[in-house]
Amino acid sequence: MALQLDARPPATPGPRDTRLRRAGRLSRIDAKYSPYLYIAPFFLVFAVFGAWPLAYTLWVSLHDWDLLGSNPTFIGADNYTQLLADSDFWHSVVNTLGIFVISTVPQLLLALWLANMLNRQLRFRTGWRMAVLVPNVTSTAAVAIVFGVLFGREFGMINWLLDLVSVDPIGWKSNRFASWVAISAMVDWRWTGYNALIFLAAMQAIPRDLYEAAAIDGANRARQFWTITVPLLKPTIIFCVIISTIGGLQLFTEPRLFHSGTNPIRGGTLRESQTVTMYMFENAFAPYYNFGYGSAVAWLLFALIAIVAAINVLIIRRLGAGAKPDTGRKGGSR
Amino acid sequence: MSRLWRASPLTYGALIAAAVLSVFPIYWMFVVASRSSDAMGQLPPPVTPGGNLGANISRLFANADAYFLTGLINSAIVATTVTVSVVFFSSLAGFAFAKLRFRGSNALLMVIIATMMVPTQLGIIPLYMLMTKLNLNDRLPAVIMPALVTGFGVFMMRQYAGQAVSNELIEAARVDGCGTARIYWNVVLPALRPAAAVLGLLTFMTTWNDFLWPYAVLNDPENPTVQLSLRALSDGYYQDMSQVFTGTAIATLPLLLVFVLFGRQIIGGIMEGAVKA
Repeated sequence: MALQLDARPPATPGPRDTRLRRAGRLSRIDAKYSPYLYIAPFFLVFAVFGAWPLAYTLWVSLHDWDLLGSNPTFIGADNYTQLLADSDFWHSVVNTLGIFVISTVPQLLLALWLANMLNRQLRFRTGWRMAVLVPNVTSTAAVAIVFGVLFGREFGMINWLLDLVSVDPIGWKSNRFASWVAISAMVDWRWTGYNALIFLAAMQAIPRDLYEAAAIDGANRARQFWTITVPLLKPTIIFCVIISTIGGLQLFTEPRLFHSGTNPIRGGTLRESQTVTMYMFENAFAPYYNFGYGSAVAWLLFALIAIVAAINVLIIRRLGAGAKPDTGRKGGSR
Repeated sequence: MSRLWRASPLTYGALIAAAVLSVFPIYWMFVVASRSSDAMGQLPPPVTPGGNLGANISRLFANADAYFLTGLINSAIVATTVTVSVVFFSSLAGFAFAKLRFRGSNALLMVIIATMMVPTQLGIIPLYMLMTKLNLNDRLPAVIMPALVTGFGVFMMRQYAGQAVSNELIEAARVDGCGTARIYWNVVLPALRPAAAVLGLLTFMTTWNDFLWPYAVLNDPENPTVQLSLRALSDGYYQDMSQVFTGTAIATLPLLLVFVLFGRQIIGGIMEGAVKA
C-alpha cells in the first residue's frame, strides 16, 4: 500500500509555495506538540480525581474537619494518636488481614491448579474458560446479596448441606471467623477464574521443549509443575499477588452487602466482619461525617497496603529462589 | 502449542466441578427470582425455577423505596458515557505513546503504569468534598467524571497500537498530508477496533458494577444507580427475598448478555493483557 502512495507524482512547486511552507510549519508544530494534547486528558483526570484527593486526604487527616468544613482546625497528629488507640479500628485491621489471608492464599493456589488443567488439550476450550470467568463478570453487589442468603443461618443452603453431613448450623454472620470464611468464599468465587486465566496466559508462553527435556530426565508431571511451571510463572504470580493485595485490603462491597439490617456498615452487630474501608466509610460519611478521622483511617490503610505488598513480594521472591535458580527467566517474563 | 497433554477424565471431572460451582450461584439467583416469596423459608432450598418471575418483576418496579427503574436508567447512562469516553481518550493517548515521538514519553508512560497501583479509592473523602463544592452531590456527573479515562485503558491501547498499526501506514498518511488528528481518526482508530471493543466491554462491566463511590456520593434515595437500588432493597425494613433476587437478576442480566455474546473477545483481552503485563 505504501508503495502505491510513494508512486504518486511529487507536488509541483509554484505559486502555492508559501501556502505549502505554512502547512509544513503547522505540521511540524502538530507533530511536536499534539502528542501532549492527546495524553493530557488522562493526566488531567488523574490529577484532579485521583492524585489530588489522595494527597489532600493527608492534609484533611491533620485537621478536625466536619461536614461543613467551615472552620477546620489544625490538630497535627491527634487523629492518628486517637486512631492508634481505637480498638474498633484495630478490630477492622485484623478483620481485613484475616479475610485477606483466608481468601488470597487458597485463591491463588486454586487458580494455579485450574490454569494447569485448562492448559491441556481440551474439548470445548472456550466453554471452560467462560465457565470459570463468569463469576467475575457478575455484579458484585448482587452476588454479595445472594451469598448473604446462601450463608443464612436458618434457611441458608450451606447450613442445609452441612446438616446433611450432621454438622451443626454455623452462624455465618454472627461468628467472627465464620464470617471471614463466608466473605472469603465470595471473593474467591469471583476472582479464582480470572487469576486462572492470567496464569494460563503465562503458562502458554513457556516453551514446550523445557517439559520434554525434563520428561527425558525422568521428572514426573507434578515435579515438572513445581520446578518448571511455577518458577517461570513467578513474575505473573507477583503481579497477581500485588493486584490481590491492593484489591483485597480495600475490600468493601462484599462485606458491606453480606450484612443487612440495622447499621450494616459495621459489618455485623459486633463488627464481626467490618473491613478498614468500611470503618473509614462509617466515620467519614453518614451519620458522623468526621472527615478528619476518616482521612486518617484512609492513610493508615494506604500504609498497610504498601507494607503488606512489600512483604508479599519479598516472600515470593524468597520462595522462588528456594525452589529453583533463575534459569530461563526470559521465557517467563514475556 | 500443538503438543499439549491430553486431558484425563479426572481433569474433566474437576473442570465440571469448577464450572458448576461458578455457575450455580448465578443460576440460583434466577431460581429464587422466579419463585414466590415464601420460597426462602423452605428446606430443602428450591433449585428449580418457578412461575412467579413476571409477578416479581412488576412488584419490583412498583416498589416505592427502591427506585429500581431510575437505577437501571442511571446505570445505563453512567456506564455508556464512561465507556465511550474511556475508549476514546485511551485510544488517543495509546496512539500517542505507541506511534508518536515526543520528549518524555517513556517517563510519562511509566507514570501511567504506576497510577494503576495507586489505591485511588482511598481518596474518596476529598473527592466528596470536591463534589459538594461543585454542587454535584447526588447527581450523575459526580459518578461519571472521575472515571472518564483510566491508566489501564491507556496502557492496553498503547500495547495494541504498537503491534496493530504499522509505521509505514502512518508515514504514508503523513506524506498524504494528514495531521496527527486525522491519522488517529482515519488510520489508527479503525485498526484499534478489536482492542477498543474489549476495553469498552471491560469498562462497561466495571462501571456498571461500581459501588463504593456511588454509595458515598449519591445519597438521594430517589436517584440511585442500580447497585444502590439493590442495596436499598437488601437493607429494606422487611425483606422480600424473591423481589430482592429479581433485582439482582435484572442487574446482572446485561452483564451476562454481554458476556455470552462477546465472551471469547473478553477472555482474549484479559489473557493478552496478562502476558504483556
